[in-house]
Amino acid sequence: MARGWLAPLRRLGWRVRGLGLARGSLEPGMRKPLVTLRNVTVGYGRRPAVHHLDGVLHAGDLVAIAGPNGAGKTTLIKALAGALTPLEGSIERDALKRRDIAYLPQLAELDRTFPLDVRGLVSMGLFGQSGAFGRNTSAGRNRVEAAIAKVGLDSLADRPIGALSGGQAQRAMFARVIAQDARLILLDEPLNAVDARTAETLLDLAAAWSTEGRTVVAVLHDHDRIRARLRQALLMAREMIAWGPTNKTLTAENLIRARQMAEGWNESAERCERSAA
Amino acid sequence: MIELFSPLIEYAFMRHALAGGVALAVASAPLGVFLVLRRMSLTGEAMAHAVLPGVAIGYLIAGLSLPVMAIGGLVAGLLVAVLAASLARLTALREESALAGLYLIALALGAIILSAGDRPLDLLHVLFGSILALDKQSVLLLASLATLVVVAFAELFRSLAYETVDPNFFRVASGAGHWVSTVFLGLVAATLVAGFQAMGTLMGAALMVLPAAGARLWTQRLATMIGIATVVGLVSVVTGLLAAYHLSWPAGPSVALVAGLFFIASSVFGRSGGYLSRLVLRRHLEG
Repeated sequence: MARGWLAPLRRLGWRVRGLGLARGSLEPGMRKPLVTLRNVTVGYGRRPAVHHLDGVLHAGDLVAIAGPNGAGKTTLIKALAGALTPLEGSIERDALKRRDIAYLPQLAELDRTFPLDVRGLVSMGLFGQSGAFGRNTSAGRNRVEAAIAKVGLDSLADRPIGALSGGQAQRAMFARVIAQDARLILLDEPLNAVDARTAETLLDLAAAWSTEGRTVVAVLHDHDRIRARLRQALLMAREMIAWGPTNKTLTAENLIRARQMAEGWNESAERCERSAA
Repeated sequence: MIELFSPLIEYAFMRHALAGGVALAVASAPLGVFLVLRRMSLTGEAMAHAVLPGVAIGYLIAGLSLPVMAIGGLVAGLLVAVLAASLARLTALREESALAGLYLIALALGAIILSAGDRPLDLLHVLFGSILALDKQSVLLLASLATLVVVAFAELFRSLAYETVDPNFFRVASGAGHWVSTVFLGLVAATLVAGFQAMGTLMGAALMVLPAAGARLWTQRLATMIGIATVVGLVSVVTGLLAAYHLSWPAGPSVALVAGLFFIASSVFGRSGGYLSRLVLRRHLEG
């Protein structure tokens, strides 16, 4: 568990960011892509929700996904996680094993009436290592306890998830991600139902993951918070509008374009104009 | 006191009923708990009814052959679960309407097919079971099935729980997903088929749904819930059989009714979500 030797690296990461340089901009040619999206179209059944997306994620990237309601943000996160297969194009993540991917779904997807306590929920993060039939090791159990402590839920570890507030449940899901110890971390609206102070704490966690070399992608709604805390952003409205440094992505111009595209959507016309070309 | 319990030991038919009932209760409890937690109680119910036409077709083809009738029941039970899910996906129907529609069709079809044979089976036995008429072969089938379910369940437990509480997380973490619900439905169908002779097509899901739905109202812990459901199932079998013997009630419905009493009592007194517990909670919140 000792990450002490990472401390100097972490300090370096903070310092570089303090200088206003995205680490990615130091030597972009040197870094190997962790995930490559090529012309990705994803959707449910045969109805595409995200069209023709290209892009690359590197180790240590910290990317916000933003966009209006119905823009396909959740769909894209699910595709990155492997819960949805692209209808067209490809998502290459050959360097990653299944256990290297941690996925935090929207809080609403968690069935909180299920009889499970916080410790049980966080232990789900060990599934990738133990598999369906293996036992959880004592090292794994220690990791679970440490993760629960890290999000400040130690006193609630035995509480059923049905008795948690929304914010506490969200923190428990964060603890599950910590326990997973993954290289690619995908968060779908992780700050929903969370108060401002907890949100800052959770964003600190995400920033620390990034400094440790983990890749973090998070669907977030609050543009001011994205500008303040995340280096990169992907703005989308069923297709990519911009992807890059946050200040160049979340511009007034781009946001207006995204909103205009959202106003033009109607459910009956969902076919893809470009795929014929 | 001894006279009360002695029929369970004295008579071979009571011993067979007890052994078969115990095996069925043990297999049914954990499956029932997950049916309830996955909001699939009605699916279990529909599958129990759907077993009827499958068994009837098996009977028509091969006569009173246990394997053929069992395979027919298994196929029909699974078919209804799959059909209902497809109807819900491909049409504007909700799954509960699809399930209700399909099980009505299955029951009607089963009754008609049964009457078409040369030697019609006693419909009352087919509908409500004849647990007092279990022979050694049927008890053995029930016992082997209970063993299979318990072993399979122990292996499946974690996957099934995770897939229920957070299906998308499970799909990402395991790389699978659908096979869990498929295997689960298979176990449910197999148990319903094995219990068909004992409980009939109408009472078939009773030992799954009633103890589990009641247990849900007593605890927030999964293991405890399964434990309570199992004990309640076992007590229902013993009490129901004795009531049937001493009061000359039909046996299958007696077992179901005892489990039903627990269900009703739980909905009033259940510590974790029963009516009274919520009343206390509400007062507390008002105060």
